[in-house]
Amino acid sequence: MNKSVYDSPDQVSETKRHILTVLVDNEPGVLARVIGMFSGRGYNIDSLNVAEVSNDENISRITIVTHGTSEVVNQIEKQLLRIVPVHSVTNLDQEGSSVEAEVALVYIYISETNKKKVYQLCDLYRARKIENENNTTIFEIAGASERVNRFIKEINEITKVEIVRSGPVAISSIQKNEEE
Amino acid sequence: MKNEITGAEIVLKSLAEQGVEVVFGYPGGAVLPIYDTLFKQNSIKHVLVRQEGGAIHAAEGYARSTGKTGVVLVTSGPGATNVVTGLTDAMMDSVPIVCITGQVPQHLIGSDAFQECDTTGITRPCTKHNYLVKDVNKLSSVFHEAFTIAQNGRPGPVLIDIPKDVQFASGTYEEKSKIIIPSHRLFEPSPDFEKNKIEEAVELISKSKKPIFYIGGGCINSGPKASKLVREFINMVGSPVTMTLMGLGVVASSDKNSLGMLGMHGMYEANMAMHECDVMINIGARFDDRVTGRLDAFSPNSKKIHIDIDESNINKTINVDVPIIGDVKQVVEKMIEVWKEKKLQIDDKALKLWWDKITKWKKVDCLNYNNEGKQIKPQYAVQRLYELTKNTKTFITTEVGQHQMWAAQFYKFEQPNRWLTSGGLGTMGYGFPAAIGAQVGHPDALVVDIAGDASILMNIQEMSTAVQYRLPVKIFILNNEYMGMVRQWQELLHGGRYSESYTDSLPDFVKLAESYKAVGLRAKTTDDLDNVITEMIETKNTVIADIWVTKEENCFPMIQSGSAHNEMMLSKDQKQDKKSAEKGKILV
Repeated sequence: MNKSVYDSPDQVSETKRHILTVLVDNEPGVLARVIGMFSGRGYNIDSLNVAEVSNDENISRITIVTHGTSEVVNQIEKQLLRIVPVHSVTNLDQEGSSVEAEVALVYIYISETNKKKVYQLCDLYRARKIENENNTTIFEIAGASERVNRFIKEINEITKVEIVRSGPVAISSIQKNEEE
Repeated sequence: MKNEITGAEIVLKSLAEQGVEVVFGYPGGAVLPIYDTLFKQNSIKHVLVRQEGGAIHAAEGYARSTGKTGVVLVTSGPGATNVVTGLTDAMMDSVPIVCITGQVPQHLIGSDAFQECDTTGITRPCTKHNYLVKDVNKLSSVFHEAFTIAQNGRPGPVLIDIPKDVQFASGTYEEKSKIIIPSHRLFEPSPDFEKNKIEEAVELISKSKKPIFYIGGGCINSGPKASKLVREFINMVGSPVTMTLMGLGVVASSDKNSLGMLGMHGMYEANMAMHECDVMINIGARFDDRVTGRLDAFSPNSKKIHIDIDESNINKTINVDVPIIGDVKQVVEKMIEVWKEKKLQIDDKALKLWWDKITKWKKVDCLNYNNEGKQIKPQYAVQRLYELTKNTKTFITTEVGQHQMWAAQFYKFEQPNRWLTSGGLGTMGYGFPAAIGAQVGHPDALVVDIAGDASILMNIQEMSTAVQYRLPVKIFILNNEYMGMVRQWQELLHGGRYSESYTDSLPDFVKLAESYKAVGLRAKTTDDLDNVITEMIETKNTVIADIWVTKEENCFPMIQSGSAHNEMMLSKDQKQDKKSAEKGKILV
């Protein structure tokens, strides 16, 4: 509703985070088409994840976290569906029950003074140690973004870290799938 | 292998199977194999343009006047980048185009080779879909899919980029019938789609007291049958109807229900009716900003029905009450059926009151202009052109600007597909090549490009094309030595400072025509006008008619940017209030 040269007359609804999951033909340029639609029309991408999910049918799933009013997100869904290789677009927030998770790899500087605290915290969050060298350790933490956020915030308070995050992937919950 | 042919041969064979009769193009290094194959066959005609930009506009003109898909063939690099404007134009106005571009051989892709560019990357946002074909065996299936996608659902341009080595390589050809296109790649409404919505819409129309139909280019894209059905339905309802720039011709201008065009330079009565209606039936239009004016004052008290084949147009700028996704002819056919089945009728008394009101608005005579003196008024020139061509099968194309709006206001269209103009993108330089394309598609028809002196120079090189193929296209220049619409906005919004909008050093258009071995004519006063138009029509050659018109005429009526439908400006003396003028200035 805010994509006209004129001011929108309607009350705009509040901006919310949405997770869109997009099934696409795995062909060259398909990711560029999706991203280009977002940048070209001035929409936001908070995170994006893409991987092939079916080898035989050559289909990839793109998970996009975006934020916007319901009008904007509605347009995003429709504009995505105009892209020829797009099979389907699902807004997982509208679906109701969905599960989301992401992975973060955290490179942590460890000293004698913070060692105990770091390990305690990692234990608490069930972060897995995947590499250990001298005074640095790499931990892997998986789960809902909020949980990862909390972990990162707390570990930051203890020591210097370097982080890489996958951004969330999400799927509508098992129950729902069975109903279908 | 015996059944193998070259990639270039596959290209031509695919085009032939798709029923392509003509290709508009320009050769170059990366498409030489295709041109070589073209040379060896006779079924497909090639029209050589003088710049690739002309090729794609010609293909657009051909497509829109014939209802077929326009085909373009250009080389890599600059050949491809020169068609970008036309692709965007076709995208905005939903014109089915298949554009073939050559590409450097695959082993050179990414090396900044001579005449290399990332064609699929550049054209991704301005095509409906595009392909880079790396495997010669996929070439025929790509072509058949490309044609289907270009025509299917909301039509649009599709580009196929073919590396030169793929054109030389040998592979097998697959027939159209053997290609299965997955359904998600197409728009395929089921037979009784949206049935409830259609019933709801028809009920709503039957209960309305002040209905108006708002008709767009989608009705033309849906084919001639759609226009027939739309006319039939409007007649059954007895409702007034207004058309967008792209929809002109869907309902005959002479139809008693027609209020003409709406929007920024539309008719006063059409815009007032849109503002005051209680039920609006939008068929194949997209609430474009040239049509709606200020959104918060757009038709404030109406229930809105919106029929569109592209779901993304629903609730994009205007929220509607009854959206119907589908092809116009299918939906309207169903609407007529429901209307008849339920024996619906609109309240006669209310409808009469509504028409009485509209009749009062009509009396404002919004197109009135001062036609005194010997100097030719641009409006008068279009009126005379209409009067002298109305009994001939005539196609009108335009460039972009004041002349385009005067053509839309004063030329009366009785049929669809006769009016070709760049609506969405507003491409100056569109009209002349589009006229060439329309003439190629209709060799015996009269094709007139109503042009401005500035716009025509944007693709004047196509004079060579028109003369080479003996295309008797008529260029009717409303020459005011200005970029008229720019000057008008500068007059109204920028204190009359005509910054760079005077077209100095114009060529002598008569001599220009003669230099191309075409015919040049000139009308300096109203005394010459009819003779020049008549001579232009009778000349069996390309003609430039240079019509000298009054220089500072403004195009009215006008809804200034930032204003609403009921705030139309009818003349220069009626100034917009300062606050909304300032607000409107930042808009386009």
